[in-house]
Amino acid sequence: MHADPVGVLTGAHFMDGDHAACEGAIAAGARFAAGYPITPSTEVVERFSNRAPRIGATFIQMEDELAASIAILGAVWGGVKAFTVTSGPGFSLMMEHIGYAVMTETPCVFIDVQRGGPSTGLPTLPAQADMMQVKWGSHGDYEIIALCPNSPQECFDLTIQAFNLSEKYRVPVFVMMDEVVGHMTEKVVIPSADKIEVEPRHFTTKDKSSFQLYAPVGEEQTPEMTKVGEGYNVHVTGLTHDERGYPNMTPAVQERMVKRLVTKIRDNAEKICIVEQNQVEGADVVVVSYGITSRVAQRAVEMARAEGLKVGTLRLITAWPFPEHIFRALAPKVKGMVVAELNLGQMVREVSRCAEGKCRVAAVGHAGGTVHNPQDILKAIQEVAR
Amino acid sequence: MARGAVSIVVERCKACGFCVEFCPTKVLALSDAFNSKGYHPPHAVTPDKCSGCDLCGMYCPDFAIHGYRLDKAAKAAETEASDAR
Amino acid sequence: MSTTTTPDCKVHPGNPVESFLRTDRMPHIWCPGCGIGTTVNCFTRALIDSKQDLNKLAIVSGIGCTGRVAGYVNLDSFHTTHGRAIPFATGLKLASPETTVVVYSGDGDLFAIGGNHLIHAARRNMDIKVICVNNLTYAMTGGQTAPTTPEDVITATAPYGTYDPAFNLPYLVEAAGAVYVARWTTFHVKQLARSMQEMFAKKGFGFIEVVSPCPTLYQRRNKMGDALDTMKFYKEVSKTKHGAPTSEVGLTKSGEIVVGKFVDRERPDFTTHMHEHLQHSLGDKYIPAEGPVCG
Repeated sequence: MHADPVGVLTGAHFMDGDHAACEGAIAAGARFAAGYPITPSTEVVERFSNRAPRIGATFIQMEDELAASIAILGAVWGGVKAFTVTSGPGFSLMMEHIGYAVMTETPCVFIDVQRGGPSTGLPTLPAQADMMQVKWGSHGDYEIIALCPNSPQECFDLTIQAFNLSEKYRVPVFVMMDEVVGHMTEKVVIPSADKIEVEPRHFTTKDKSSFQLYAPVGEEQTPEMTKVGEGYNVHVTGLTHDERGYPNMTPAVQERMVKRLVTKIRDNAEKICIVEQNQVEGADVVVVSYGITSRVAQRAVEMARAEGLKVGTLRLITAWPFPEHIFRALAPKVKGMVVAELNLGQMVREVSRCAEGKCRVAAVGHAGGTVHNPQDILKAIQEVAR
Repeated sequence: MARGAVSIVVERCKACGFCVEFCPTKVLALSDAFNSKGYHPPHAVTPDKCSGCDLCGMYCPDFAIHGYRLDKAAKAAETEASDAR
Repeated sequence: MSTTTTPDCKVHPGNPVESFLRTDRMPHIWCPGCGIGTTVNCFTRALIDSKQDLNKLAIVSGIGCTGRVAGYVNLDSFHTTHGRAIPFATGLKLASPETTVVVYSGDGDLFAIGGNHLIHAARRNMDIKVICVNNLTYAMTGGQTAPTTPEDVITATAPYGTYDPAFNLPYLVEAAGAVYVARWTTFHVKQLARSMQEMFAKKGFGFIEVVSPCPTLYQRRNKMGDALDTMKFYKEVSKTKHGAPTSEVGLTKSGEIVVGKFVDRERPDFTTHMHEHLQHSLGDKYIPAEGPVCG
């Protein structure tokens, strides 16, 4: 279906990534946000608080991130699309509710504008150091989807994508921004509502006797949804549960339930994953990056190409599920991969795992606070190309 | 003549004794019999005294007993019978 | 004699509580003499008497023994994370304003890990109804000290007795802004059911504390007898004082339990206040959220 024109601010705008992400959420149909102020993400909810009462939406500023991250889940079961926004320390507080959203298969979106850590770290300066936390930060086995925009335009586009994927797979989806992308102001083109594809919530049409809240449907292995007040008398719990949603804490049910929560994403990873590849065919070295770092890496790649090196680029738009199939296919064809990211080695672990020793993998880490110096990435390219 | 009666699901009972203690007309006592979990469920020792007040039902933490008024039950059965026609 | 007994634990025809239960999940996990089931009886009687549309009612629980209530009632029911029933309920209420949202949870869940959310929801006067079963301990995990445990009580984490002062729940909730505050014990079944009914009818943040036995962990460890002894104790020491100043109703190990309705006052609830304010600020530009809009 198409976006509701009430929320779509069609036209070309000059706006930063935080504001663009907010507009993406609204265009995707989000009509509820709960937040707690934290730099550098606050502008997203500031804009939403301004827009909400004029588009039939609700914003509430909660008492902390624990509250914000579960208020949105309550709102989703009330029947709306909902999201929250945070950064660093706030994201750490939300970890338990990532697990709860996964376990209860509650479609929702979290936007994390990454800043330097650990702890309070660098509130106003960038990092990309929550990339493993988003995948592994909540306890237990789970899979989520995480997207990494590298421009305000993508903050808009990928936030819509995040909502669409969350509805399709009944899973929390994360927009992993960084401070630079969040605060960078660029042209953002918002299409008209009829040009924006929006995944509706897949409300069941089954009758009460045959509907099961956790019975998988289709190749997405994803159950149909409902909301309060429909007479289904659903039970939603974070305990291990059967297809009816009833607690059933046996190894057999645990195995069946957790496996499906994981395979619904893993089995569909090739459909979900988006990467951007440039001159990868015939390259000796491929530079892997995401978010703001991809724009810095581009400069390094241009310098390397000027030296005659055969360098391709691979940008992770989807970080999770990790696009394994692409890396497994690529590794035997290149001398090496250079992974640049604003942390001291996170996604590079996934790259190494999928390269299976078939090519060199070099990490260009940076603890954050600023973007990389392109020279550092260039040096790594030269080293790997040798 | 009893105005009410109690209905007991013996398998739900955990023998806390609330119903016995708080029955205003002292209808109930824990029986000597065991249920399958080893608890002694209540039984009506003076059923004629039951008023059907359902205080036992309000106290029972295990949803194992409730009291009802016989006149209301008869009326309900009558309505059901006439509805069936 | 028309007394009937049924052996099958899955059905109990005629019991008023029956249609509110997920009977396929019976028997429940609560210990013999645990008061939580008694509060559920009162809850269902209150729903029956208030003629509440059950399709427009949702129940939200946190974690703990009382947290399991959500799993046993045949309503839209949410068993959330530890301490977070209230913020979940806040989101649910805002997204679905026509739904009556009841938070049913324990003292540890609501006042320790969830204490911050509780006072903020009361401050906002969020239109949710909180039923707090207060068994004075962390029961699910084995009887540790709770923020409600009175002084000089033996718990699993206070083997020499507690010296950590306890919260007086009605006092705290009144100070935070609740419009309806009452306390009963599981002995006061009729009063509790009536009080719940009254709370459901009142818009805004309502709170009922139900003092309840935990015979397995609290009373036994403190040599206070079994559940029945506890119920008799409640009967003996409870004093009904409607309108009592909440500052004077704190609980002690063996002293008087003041019960009654302490607070019943008027204050616009969050949503009403929000609508009025935004209407005033934005005029014609204000488009209120009208419940679920999710294509």
